[in-house]
Amino acid sequence: MTALVEVKGLDKAFGGVHAVEGVSFSVEAGQVYSVIGPNGAGKTTLFNLITGLYTPTKGEIRLNGESTAKLEPNQLAERGMCRTFQQMQICMNMTAIENVMLGRHLQLKSNLFTTLFRLPSLRHNEEAARKRAAELMEYVGCGDYLGAEASAMSYGALKRLEIARALAAEPKVILLDEPAAGLNAVETAALEELIRKIAQQGITVMLVEHDMKLVMGISDRLLVLNYGRVLAEGTPEEIRQNPDVIAAYLGG
Amino acid sequence: MLNRFMQSRLQGLVVLTLILIILPAFLSNPFHYELATQIAILAATVVGLNLLVGFAGQISLGHAGFFGLGAYFSGIATGTYGWPSVPALVAGAIIVGIIAWIVGRPILRLKGHYLSMATLAVGFIIAIILNNERAITGGPDGMPVPAFEVFGWELSPFGTYSLFGLEISGVQAWYMFSSVILLLAVWFALNLIQSPIGRALRSVKGSEVAASVVGVDTAKYKSLVFVISAIYASLMGGLYAHFQGFITPAIASFEFSILFITMVVLGGMGSTFGVILGAVVLKLLPQVLADFQDLEHVMFGLILMLTMIFMPKGLLPTLTAAVSKRIRKKTGGEA
Repeated sequence: MTALVEVKGLDKAFGGVHAVEGVSFSVEAGQVYSVIGPNGAGKTTLFNLITGLYTPTKGEIRLNGESTAKLEPNQLAERGMCRTFQQMQICMNMTAIENVMLGRHLQLKSNLFTTLFRLPSLRHNEEAARKRAAELMEYVGCGDYLGAEASAMSYGALKRLEIARALAAEPKVILLDEPAAGLNAVETAALEELIRKIAQQGITVMLVEHDMKLVMGISDRLLVLNYGRVLAEGTPEEIRQNPDVIAAYLGG
Repeated sequence: MLNRFMQSRLQGLVVLTLILIILPAFLSNPFHYELATQIAILAATVVGLNLLVGFAGQISLGHAGFFGLGAYFSGIATGTYGWPSVPALVAGAIIVGIIAWIVGRPILRLKGHYLSMATLAVGFIIAIILNNERAITGGPDGMPVPAFEVFGWELSPFGTYSLFGLEISGVQAWYMFSSVILLLAVWFALNLIQSPIGRALRSVKGSEVAASVVGVDTAKYKSLVFVISAIYASLMGGLYAHFQGFITPAIASFEFSILFITMVVLGGMGSTFGVILGAVVLKLLPQVLADFQDLEHVMFGLILMLTMIFMPKGLLPTLTAAVSKRIRKKTGGEA
């Protein structure tokens, strides 16, 4: 069986700084795969490379066996990849539910003619999309904001809204960049529950996260980065006992 | 019932229709009708420009170029080559749309000031061509444009027509015609905004990365809205040419582009009805200020400056926010 996401010898240099250097790993379909490491280890850079926002200096990324080298982020979305951001990317000029409906973009192919005359087919599809978006908002736990402007939402709710938007795109793999950052203990527990539910649906989850308790609890496998290089890779149990990881984290 | 109406998608369109119907009661001479017609045509243009600027967050400082191209295409096709008006309008819009697509593809990769400069240059180039191609455009002296006609029926500001037994003047007929055009322009714009395409456009303004990772081809949508707004400008330019009966390259000038952008910003970026108000204010203000003679331009500039300082979101969004706040207070603080 081929891996869903396969990374080989990945390199990204910004000037003389190697943010990511010689990173290889693969993620099987259905896994929860986490990337951890100290600040500046290259985790977000790695996510940006995988989702096509950055072009690798060297190396190769394959999604479902297909090289992603020439693909734009929107083309990767068409192939079932979606993500959230550490620095949240919410369209503040829209309502909360419209942000989630934006996630349905690829499912809502519409042409200019039906749009300009607002034909019944368009209205019908929009209605369905709105209903689905509302379900997803309930699902991630921001059902209280169905009628709200995005700009009126709290930080924690916006983080969940971003996940709802990504889910609306019906992805095969979803990349969550520090979803627990800035959340309190209760919210983090709810997030853990949510990630489990997403994984149970059969969606592959890739996670960048600092909250060790969260990561160790839900991950099938982990990748530890340090200064852009792979420090260790394995199951939570293996990582916990790895001397290099302990040294990097505890400053040995 | 009233509540449902307030939430309805088309409430603004209904209000606008009523205003356009009632307005003639306050128009007492042909000059008023002429002004109202000009405003309607310019308003329809900025409704299109607002799709680009207000909703998709891209700037165009050369939109008068497209307006001028449409005007000259209609003028030349009907005047010099004897085409009927409507095919000339449509052909002009298609050609302008293609030009906008060819130009837009590369320049819409630019952002902010760089995009401003590039669109500014596009406007300048068009104005220079219209000025210099004397043999075709008449150069800086301008050219006459025949009256608008549909199937041999002429709509001239100087004619008289009968409508349901009532005798109306040419400018009154033009006022009605341009009102219908404006309503159509608004209806299409509203439909576009409240659709998957419109959402994709707004997401380009809201967050381009977010748009791209959920599958929006941002480059394609930027080009699309650039072309749509150029087509709006072209069609309205053509109508404007027919209405005025005479055009000069001034309608493609930088000043005219700035006027369009100011209408959008003053009225309220991203507010379809706001930009119409912007067109009304910017066209009427010089008339009102004419009494101040030498100080006219100073007053004009001052009013614009103060409006932007105290109403940065634009006239209509600020006013509606203030009104709904007061209503909420009166009904006892219910949100």
